[in-house]
Amino acid sequence: MAAHGDAEVKPTHVGKKKIVAKRYWDDSTEKKGREGREKEQKKEEHDEQKNTLEGGMPYVKRKKGEDGRKKGISGKMDPFPGPAPISKEKLKKFKRGGNKKMSSGTRGRLKDSLSRAEVASNLAQNQAARYDLLLPEDAGFLEGDEDEDTCTIMQEDIADAVDITSGSKYFNLSLSQFGPYRVDYTRNGRHLLLGGRRGHVVCIDWQSKQLKCEMNVMETVNDVKWLHSEAMYAVAQKKWLYIYDSSGIELHCIRKFNDVLRLQFLPYHFLLATASATGFLQYLDVSVGKEVAAICTKAGRLDVMALNPQNATVHLGHPTGTVTLWSPNQKEPLVKMLCHKGGVRSIAVDKTGTYMVTSGLDRKLKVFDIRTFQPLKSYFLPAGASCLSLSQRGLLCASTGNIVQVYQDVCNTPVKKPYMTHRVRGSVYGAQFCPFEDVLGVGHAEGFTSMIVPGAGEPNFDGLDANPYRSVKQRQEWEVKALLEKVQPELIGLDPGQLGWSGTKTKYRHWDSTLLLR
Amino acid sequence: MAKKRNVEKSADTLKTPSLTVAQTVEDEDERELFKVDDAVISASEDEGGSDDERKHRKLLDAISSLGGKKRRKLAERSEASAQISEFSVSAEGAGEKITLGDLLGTIEKTAVITKTKKQLKNLQNRSDTLELPLSRKQTEKIQREVAYGKSSEEISSWQGVVLRNQKAEQLVFPLNQEPSGPKRVEQVVAGWKAQTPLEQEIFNLLRMNKQPVHDPVLTPTEEASLKAMSLEEAKIRRAELQKARALQSYYEAKAKRDKKIKSKKYHRVLNKAKRKEFLKEFEEMRKTDPASALEELEKMELARMQERMSLKHQNSGKWAKSRAIMAKYDNEARKAMQQQLEVNKELTKKLVIPSESRDEEGSEEGPEEAAVALPDFVNDVQPADATNPWMMGKLTAEAPEPAEGSDIEPPAEGVQQPENQEDGTDEEEVIEEEEVLLREFEERRKLRQSEKGDRDLVPVMPVEREEIVNEKDATGVVEISEDEEEEEEEEVSEFNSLFQKLAEKEQEAAMDAETTNSAKVEDHEEPALLEEGLTRLRTLEDMDLLSQEVSVEMDEPAALSTETPGSEETTIPQPSKKKKRKKNMIDCNEVLTKEAKVIKIPLAPTVIEEEEENEEVQKMIIKEAFAGDDVISDFLKEKRKLEEAGKPKVVDLTLPGWGEWGGLGLKPSRNKRRRFRVKADPPPPRQDKNLPSVIISEKRNSSITVHQVGQLPFPFASPEQFESCIRTPIGNTWNTQRTVQKLTAPKVVTQMGAIIEPITKEDFIKGKTLATTGKQPDISLSAGKGPNRGSKGPQKKGHPKRSQQKKTKNKPK
Repeated sequence: MAAHGDAEVKPTHVGKKKIVAKRYWDDSTEKKGREGREKEQKKEEHDEQKNTLEGGMPYVKRKKGEDGRKKGISGKMDPFPGPAPISKEKLKKFKRGGNKKMSSGTRGRLKDSLSRAEVASNLAQNQAARYDLLLPEDAGFLEGDEDEDTCTIMQEDIADAVDITSGSKYFNLSLSQFGPYRVDYTRNGRHLLLGGRRGHVVCIDWQSKQLKCEMNVMETVNDVKWLHSEAMYAVAQKKWLYIYDSSGIELHCIRKFNDVLRLQFLPYHFLLATASATGFLQYLDVSVGKEVAAICTKAGRLDVMALNPQNATVHLGHPTGTVTLWSPNQKEPLVKMLCHKGGVRSIAVDKTGTYMVTSGLDRKLKVFDIRTFQPLKSYFLPAGASCLSLSQRGLLCASTGNIVQVYQDVCNTPVKKPYMTHRVRGSVYGAQFCPFEDVLGVGHAEGFTSMIVPGAGEPNFDGLDANPYRSVKQRQEWEVKALLEKVQPELIGLDPGQLGWSGTKTKYRHWDSTLLLR
Repeated sequence: MAKKRNVEKSADTLKTPSLTVAQTVEDEDERELFKVDDAVISASEDEGGSDDERKHRKLLDAISSLGGKKRRKLAERSEASAQISEFSVSAEGAGEKITLGDLLGTIEKTAVITKTKKQLKNLQNRSDTLELPLSRKQTEKIQREVAYGKSSEEISSWQGVVLRNQKAEQLVFPLNQEPSGPKRVEQVVAGWKAQTPLEQEIFNLLRMNKQPVHDPVLTPTEEASLKAMSLEEAKIRRAELQKARALQSYYEAKAKRDKKIKSKKYHRVLNKAKRKEFLKEFEEMRKTDPASALEELEKMELARMQERMSLKHQNSGKWAKSRAIMAKYDNEARKAMQQQLEVNKELTKKLVIPSESRDEEGSEEGPEEAAVALPDFVNDVQPADATNPWMMGKLTAEAPEPAEGSDIEPPAEGVQQPENQEDGTDEEEVIEEEEVLLREFEERRKLRQSEKGDRDLVPVMPVEREEIVNEKDATGVVEISEDEEEEEEEEVSEFNSLFQKLAEKEQEAAMDAETTNSAKVEDHEEPALLEEGLTRLRTLEDMDLLSQEVSVEMDEPAALSTETPGSEETTIPQPSKKKKRKKNMIDCNEVLTKEAKVIKIPLAPTVIEEEEENEEVQKMIIKEAFAGDDVISDFLKEKRKLEEAGKPKVVDLTLPGWGEWGGLGLKPSRNKRRRFRVKADPPPPRQDKNLPSVIISEKRNSSITVHQVGQLPFPFASPEQFESCIRTPIGNTWNTQRTVQKLTAPKVVTQMGAIIEPITKEDFIKGKTLATTGKQPDISLSAGKGPNRGSKGPQKKGHPKRSQQKKTKNKPK
């Protein structure tokens, strides 16, 4: 895979973790068991001989050992009988909810269906854990020499050290004319969209460095965003929201969406969420072209926006230091939390929807658990952080001025220093990690920089979901399927599993109904 | 039938002595019966008369021969008309009137009529009158009831299948089809004949070399386990046995009672009846089943020999001696003695023709012999089970497997029934019924076994035995050959005890091993467990605390090295969480008190953001300058407001003027206001109760309720159950292909082009296992979990209902 093709030439800096998988013969107890089994085997062979001696016919009995071992036609014993064991961690990874114990009162059909469901979910879990074997790729990492901080390693060094293909992923585009650039990658990480503040819009197949289209919209560009595929993108211009296709042809000008400052796209809902300077949060269904919801947030200018990929709620940051969570179904914020004493500058939410990282004008970087809405970590950055972005594997990019810092594992362990740093030419305006690649794209005042960040991207991709190597045909088919499986906007809420609740669950149902009446 | 008609005929003749010829044609069949008479009469008449007359007579004969009885009447008529031919008998009583007695006199001679007379007499003697036949409605009602009972019973036998099919995960139609997929080589070869010479040659070669037959299709143990009784069958059998046991005990009690009856006459009658019955049966047996008759003969011979040896019925006994003394004076005693001698004679007589061999003791042995017919374990006492359907009523009607073939022979070993039991009284008849029942049990069991066909050659018990043997071989303590199965019970019991001892020993050994093992395992696992415990117990908060401690340690040098504007914040102590929860009001100091850690960056930003001197940035800077408590207090105010808004308000429903004076300046009294003020229930606790810096909206998402399940679907009792049931996604986005296929397998699978016949009884009796486990045959191999689970339900439900029907059915009778 090209994603972490940064195979080491010099083993000093860049390496690939080669975790030797634990083998069944490693364990000593296993060994013992094996020996024991061999003994048994011998014994059984002996018995077999007896059989042939006693009976006149040379009749080989197929015996089932205590551990269910079978003998093939060849007479050879299966040395590893039964299904291969699955490690508990993997099983845990694929566990879907706890299995509740059936009360002793359950009878008949109920018992039947419950146990059947139990068996089914166990089967699904086991199979999934078993098939996890088919994800063979490991993530890369960066390792410094002794007494060498990884944050001091220069991008040039890394690019020299890795193979040519990977090395070519570090590049600079000097576009000093049209001001700071916003960056967006497609979901499969193949295409790059750059939007210069002064109207410059570029889309590139960045790996092959093929320019798809380049134009100047002759207006201020506030944000750019790919839609569901690389065929279309949205540009938030000075007044309206525009949609272009990949060759730069203007498809739509949506007058309902004015003064848009930030864009987010909800891929499974086909919703384009926009935050405007007038304080409106609007949702556009790009599959049918309808405005789904327009919410007046009453919070002034909305220039900080992030998307929770897990439950598709939109996070907005406000100058009052609060972060609000929104769904298109509710006119008021689902949650409003006070995060900073100053205004919020940037928000990032991790892939699993567990952590939210915010940075504020009070120069702090905070990590929240957004399942419980409690602060987990708080860091003080002397210069504050402007652009935050979380990679698929949880690396955090924070930029202060013209310096891009990448932190490893900010959410769980206290971090003292960055994992990597890089100085770009202009002050950073937009940064995003490229999906399925160890690359961080940074848009700044002087153009665009693509950095190599080992261990950033998810090494294994889902070919049916976001396939970096898909052909046009595959893309078309995926599009149809994705449209068929489109999730309705009504299902967006804090808990994505709430669809599974039965209506009788809530304890205060009566209260709810009265609330609805108000 | 014939007799009855005769009677009718004679009655006819009595009533109508003079009848026309015309009637005769109708009764052609009856004429046949009287042919003999006719012939006699016609012969007598042929003796005399001229040719003309003869011809005339013949003609008359011919005519009358069409109807039999007219003949006689003709003669009578001639007499009555006083036309006297010279040959005919003179009419002596021509002028006299016929009395009833004359007619009856002739009647008395005919044997046919005596019987009717008897019947008539009997009827006369009978005092009670016949009941009126029931009205049509009632009879129909009864018929309907009976018909309902029968049909419901018949239908209820389907209940199990229907339920099973309803529950089945997947039904494959047509039912009872052969499992698809590749067959084993052995299977194919077994049903294949070598035809071409080449094939034959190859086969010959193979046979000559005694090519080992690898891999029999199923190992014997597997086969046995396949054939092992299913749970359902076992239950039926157990119920059967229970009933048998109960019957047995009744039977024994009855026998005991009978034995205690002291009346000699009773016993004499009983014995006599028994003897008679026995003789009859023996005769029958000789015809139908000579082998068993021979056996019976041998038995008799044995009894005779015993008698001869024991001299029991001779005068040597104590009782006989006393009788002998008494005989001189007492007539009865003499009679008794004679009887005994007779018995002796009879018993000691060399037998040519079979005769009774039973004495009193023999009769007492009867029931016990019946008991022998049953298996030993029947004698185990068990309380009658109310739930046992076999205990509820008669068995004859509730055949669980109604396909009772007619061609199936009674078991070879004869199930020696207590047929010698005699039934002089009603009680005895009841006993016989029980015997019949017992026999039926046996037969049915046999039937079931035979139904299973030839593959059922290995019963369950021997298999277990084999396993036991294997075990013993493994331990090497006792060597037991396979032939033991046929050995006697004593040996079996010995064997059992031995095995028990062995098992105990093994258990002990196993226990020891286990304890040692477990000890080892514990030793081995303890550290691991401890480790796990540690990781588990570490919560996020703890982590936080830990990290903070660490960070504080690490930060201090950092703080020293880099001058930090926020360093004073680190000194603010973090209040404990418990305090927070206790207080309702939120202090400004408690919000946003998370300690910040300073991060040192090797590179310092060189470019200062001077480019963007927009108004916004300036605003930001201004805000930054005035940031602080202001933001926090604003937020808290907002939260408090929301909380207040969420609280339910008191509704005042007082109306002025009701029950008191109303008007300008008059307020309703306090008492009244108090009465009509409605307090709403307290709202549910807010979700953000414990989170000072968070406002969670209390509004429920109403849009999703449309998509949620409003009512629990049928089998589920609680939402939790339902939710746990649907928690696993079934789409291929989240599952492997095979799992998806399994999870979304259709409930009914039909084969294209195959004719799906309606289910027949044979289908569900033979294909019991096939229907349920069509999808997963491998489960039936392993301890037979699958089919048993499925069969539980119908078994429980089916039987009590049947017994209820039984009751209702019996009532109208």
